[in-house]
Amino acid sequence: MSYIYESYDVVVVGAGHAGCEGALACARLSLNTIIFTINMESIALMPCNPNIGGTSKGHLVREIDALGGEMGKNIDKTYIQSKMLNVSKGPAVHSLRAQADKQEYSSSMRKVLENTPNLTIKQAEIVEILVENQKVTGVKTYSGAIYPCKAVILCTGTYLNARCIYGDVINYTGPNGLQSANQLTDCLKALGIEMYRFKTGTPARVDKRTIDFSKMEEQEGDKEVVPFSFTTNPEDLNKEQVSCWLTYTTKETHDIIRANIERSPLYSGDIKGVGPRYCPSIEDKIVKFADKERHQVFIEPEGNYTNEMYVAGLSTSLPEDVQVKMYRSVPGLENVNIVRNAYAIEYDCINPLQLKPSLEFKNIEGLFSGGQFNGSSGYEEAAAQGLIAGINASMKILGKEPLILDRSEAYIGVLIDDLVTKETFEPYRMMTSRAEYRLLLRQDNADIRLTKKGYEVGLIDEERYQRLLKKEEAIEKEIKRLNQTTIGAKKEVQELLERIGSTPLNTATTLAELIRRPEITYDMLEPIDKDRQALPKDVIEQVNINIKYEGYIKRQLKQVEQFKKIENKKIPEDLDYDKVPSLRNEARLKLKKYRPISIGQASRISGVSPADISVLLVYLNYA
Amino acid sequence: MKTDTIAAVATGLNNAGISIVRISGKDAFPIIDRIFRSKNNNKVLSQEKSHTIHYGFIYDDDIIVDEVMVVIMRAPSTYTREDIVEIDCHGGITVTRKVLETVLKHGARIAEPGEFTKRAFLNGRIDLSQAEAVCDLIQAKNELALRNSLNQLKGKMYELIKKLREMILRDIAFIEAALDDPEHISLEGFTEDLWNHIEEEVFIINKLLQDSKNGKIIKEGIKTVIIGKPNAGKSSLLNYLVGEDRAIVTDIAGTTRDTLEETINIDGITLNIIDTAGIRETEDVVETLGVNKARKIAQEADLIIFVIDSSTRLDQNDEEIFELTKDRKTIILLNKSDLDSKVTIEEVSQKTSHPIIRISLKENEGLEDFTNKVKDMFFQGQILFNDDVYITNERHKEAFEQVMESLKMVKQSIEAGMPEDFYSIDLMSAYETLGRIIGENVDDDLVNMIFQEFCMGK
Repeated sequence: MSYIYESYDVVVVGAGHAGCEGALACARLSLNTIIFTINMESIALMPCNPNIGGTSKGHLVREIDALGGEMGKNIDKTYIQSKMLNVSKGPAVHSLRAQADKQEYSSSMRKVLENTPNLTIKQAEIVEILVENQKVTGVKTYSGAIYPCKAVILCTGTYLNARCIYGDVINYTGPNGLQSANQLTDCLKALGIEMYRFKTGTPARVDKRTIDFSKMEEQEGDKEVVPFSFTTNPEDLNKEQVSCWLTYTTKETHDIIRANIERSPLYSGDIKGVGPRYCPSIEDKIVKFADKERHQVFIEPEGNYTNEMYVAGLSTSLPEDVQVKMYRSVPGLENVNIVRNAYAIEYDCINPLQLKPSLEFKNIEGLFSGGQFNGSSGYEEAAAQGLIAGINASMKILGKEPLILDRSEAYIGVLIDDLVTKETFEPYRMMTSRAEYRLLLRQDNADIRLTKKGYEVGLIDEERYQRLLKKEEAIEKEIKRLNQTTIGAKKEVQELLERIGSTPLNTATTLAELIRRPEITYDMLEPIDKDRQALPKDVIEQVNINIKYEGYIKRQLKQVEQFKKIENKKIPEDLDYDKVPSLRNEARLKLKKYRPISIGQASRISGVSPADISVLLVYLNYA
Repeated sequence: MKTDTIAAVATGLNNAGISIVRISGKDAFPIIDRIFRSKNNNKVLSQEKSHTIHYGFIYDDDIIVDEVMVVIMRAPSTYTREDIVEIDCHGGITVTRKVLETVLKHGARIAEPGEFTKRAFLNGRIDLSQAEAVCDLIQAKNELALRNSLNQLKGKMYELIKKLREMILRDIAFIEAALDDPEHISLEGFTEDLWNHIEEEVFIINKLLQDSKNGKIIKEGIKTVIIGKPNAGKSSLLNYLVGEDRAIVTDIAGTTRDTLEETINIDGITLNIIDTAGIRETEDVVETLGVNKARKIAQEADLIIFVIDSSTRLDQNDEEIFELTKDRKTIILLNKSDLDSKVTIEEVSQKTSHPIIRISLKENEGLEDFTNKVKDMFFQGQILFNDDVYITNERHKEAFEQVMESLKMVKQSIEAGMPEDFYSIDLMSAYETLGRIIGENVDDDLVNMIFQEFCMGK
């Protein structure tokens, strides 16, 4: 029997990384919000790798933080090891990655949710989205309770019709044996939503006591830890860090896999879902890179609460007996005990081209979605979408413009634009190479790029915003000073340059000019920079980067200018493509189906050629 | 909106005799003032009345480029509603090209195909409905132009560009992979490899640019081949085409022996007859060149003219040629209609769907029908042809220069000891620029191809 339970402004379905950010954003924007989870213990669960961040994903977390999201703060509280990756490369690709204490991460996020005003948490499975006249009116739970609402955010992760597979063993559950959601897909299909079936996988967890670490290389965290959140005081991060460990597969490992390859459900055809190329199983790696003699295996702690260790690099869906044999062929794992088997998981998700860049469904008003449900993979990708979906569901209810970040503003912009514009046939993972303007989209300047947007939306408070403005002012002032301060070829200058291993001066130059030399940093020039005032570290960092890479940054800014021109040419929502003469058929069909919001977005749809874009430009009377 | 000054050769099909270099934009007058001198050197064109014509010379610094007539037209009463200068050149293709280069050197930018028309639209000279009407036309022609420029790029140059792109892309991919997965992929020692790759790329492009300077990649008109068995009348046809009042346009300097020989003009449509010498001297393309070579020529041709001797029965030679013309734009001429006919239109039309025309070269019969057919096919867009090949090449040249610039930047980054992620920024722009030449990327910026076919001749 169904009955009306209670009304809310926003209903969030799923309390993973997307759901948490979405619900927090709505509640913090004073909307009456309820979040549903199948299991209270699975809030902000990390069912796969035990870390947050990494290349390009670290950028996402920084951006989430600058917009007023929670992920950065939560990992700062619960990290057990932290590392800045790519430090030998340019600042644009420096990426922060932290190992999390999984249980801490989850319970800490749960605490935040539980203590956020306007937010109700409820353990229940949503089986139906109620829609009238292509507009969301509420949701219905398995028990028949109806929750009328103004907006719904779907963040069902990998739970829809989920099944976990290794060898010939199939469990009809979500990750970690959690109950799957088996009814919602049918409802979504009935609403005309196009569904995909994707797969992903996870390696086994093993017992720390059965590992011989003496055969592995220790991987320590950074001495100096950089926080994810711009609000975290670095000094608060001091704690003893745990290590990860590096070992390698052997010829024996590969032989075992090869001998049993036909027992993999991926090869037997039992798994039909499409997996991410980025996270291949070990059997995939061995088949595709047959001549590679060994693969890296990282042993990472799941947390301080447990002896379980995550075996990165050995994701597999081979049968249990093969898994044990294979793991034990790796140096250091000879006597290892597997606590949880590795498995592949299949789940339903949507074709994200059905979404607007605001993450609202094009055809159903008030229905938003985020995370793996949208065809992405990864905690950070999920959180980023959840946050944007939450913000935009709120904006919609509050009658304000949606927050849409473009490709030149944020990795989040690239992520969402790719999802809603380009055809995705595998779980989408963020990568630095996807960001055309990555020199501008650094993790170090995410606050400068996005705090203002977070402030305008209402998720960043006045104090934090003012702090940012002061920082920007300090940066600008210092850059100006360095550009204007002339340094002569004095003895102390020449001596300093010599000491650093830099060419002495022939004529006078500016301090900025000196900083541009690859071997010199801002800090090194202190002895000859008499007027220098003490500045905060983050200000110095920006000054250094902006001066050092000025030429490159200027070039990217120029590219962005070109990009914005076409991006700002909007296409009316009600444009009748049948009336546009001369579009090629394929382009017309795609444009009708995907309804891009701008000429820029249209130009990125595969099958829409430059000629079609020209036709549109003329038809819409654009230059 | 773009307000820079553009220039291009404005004469489309009609390349006999006079060609016009058109300049449009706010610097049109300053540029012409810099390069034009009247006979007594007493005129400053920007001071002259609008819509007047002036006799004089184009100078590149102190060297005379051409003797010209110059029309000046002041905004807004012009096609683009900008200041326009038109230079009528008299010296043929090579000189026209030099005039254009002089104009470009003094501050104009080469116009995109159709850019004059685009400006006319943007400046309100033509309205949306007019633009819409032209949309339909463009749709067909766009593809035509694209296909044609691809044809043109077939062969060595196309292969080279593809190879270059592949080389560059591989390096980008390697860098990007290492950036995204630093724990698995190391860039150690890569910089040296990259340096060597770039040296090789620069070498290849330098050579291409040199070729372009020599005019090797400049071609004009519809590539046409006359084919038929011995004594069918091929040379008579050629003589008819080049004779009388139809002028032979000068050969293009530097054109290689096995591409074009004679350029013929039929009412403004340019035909380049392939290997006419072969036809004249040996009377038999198929026999002399061998079937393979003939097939190759037939495949490269935009138009095949198949001359059949209707006074003798069709034989194996003819069958082979029918085979060659399959799927090719072809006009079949049944020559010797004055003699007793052994081959009928009906018989031929069973073997092919190409248009068939009965002619007699001896009696001068049916030849009007033939030239009309050529014109029909051309104007209906059936014959692939690009009237701005020259411009396209100029754009290619610019693109290659851009690629060189990008590669230079990568080298600078390497020399400056920048981290590897900086290399891929410029490598990517080199890759994109190369892609633009062969039409293999979707560059938002190059777009506006809508007016492509409205190129210079309005």
